[in-house]
Amino acid sequence: MQSNSSMRTPLGRVRGLGSAKSGTGHFWLQRVTAVSNLILAIIFVFVVISLVGKPYPAAVATLGNPFIAILALLFILSACVHMRLGMQVVIEDYVHTEGLKILAVIANTFFAIAIGAASAFAVLKLSFGG
Amino acid sequence: MGGPLDRRMILAEVKPAARPLSPHLQIYRWSWTMAMSIAHRVTGTGLYLGTVLIAAWLVAAASGPAAYDAAQAVAGSIIGLLVLFLYSFALLHHMVGGLRHFIWDMGHGFDPQTRTNLAKYSVFVSGGLTLLVWIAALALR
Repeated sequence: MQSNSSMRTPLGRVRGLGSAKSGTGHFWLQRVTAVSNLILAIIFVFVVISLVGKPYPAAVATLGNPFIAILALLFILSACVHMRLGMQVVIEDYVHTEGLKILAVIANTFFAIAIGAASAFAVLKLSFGG
Repeated sequence: MGGPLDRRMILAEVKPAARPLSPHLQIYRWSWTMAMSIAHRVTGTGLYLGTVLIAAWLVAAASGPAAYDAAQAVAGSIIGLLVLFLYSFALLHHMVGGLRHFIWDMGHGFDPQTRTNLAKYSVFVSGGLTLLVWIAALALR
């Protein structure tokens, strides 16, 4: 055993949620949102292609269509969660100063939420015809 | 006696030796898997920053015809089209790279030839898909 201070084995200490106390939540959510992003991104590649060259009323009609708007909201949620998790890993890998790292991780969360809120508001406004 | 804390205090008095640092990018010979791993991060970061433009475009569309036409004019300029082309390639490259990671997550494709091929072909597949998307978009214009 590594330490005499505990009767617990190293395996026992990391079982359940592990030493970081959040388990594989980050990893798993990154994969789940990767799956949803894959499906939704393929749909929106076609939606965006269909918008090319369309005048404003036609573009608004497409984006405001309830079916497309719901998918857009799901994509905004899925993409923002995914990009927040991904950027957090990048920050944790390259920013080694503790205070700066915490600030960057918080800024990353703010950025993802701001992008998500602005995009979702725009889609809802287009949809409800404001 | 002699727990972890005591040992650290003793070690702190020893002058740090000039130990070799762990090797970094400039040490390794470039491989396809290494290049595509870096590309996955770079494209992910690019997609992250580019969401500002997508959000701005959506807000412009929600603001009215004048703002939408202005956003479309920016998107349709030479620089706008170049950014859109790179963004679409980053998206498809990150997507195909993600599929490669799914294969690895399932525990497949780890032998040297397969992992190199997976990485190598992800460039050609994502590049080909990008061209297909742009051919479709230009045909519909």
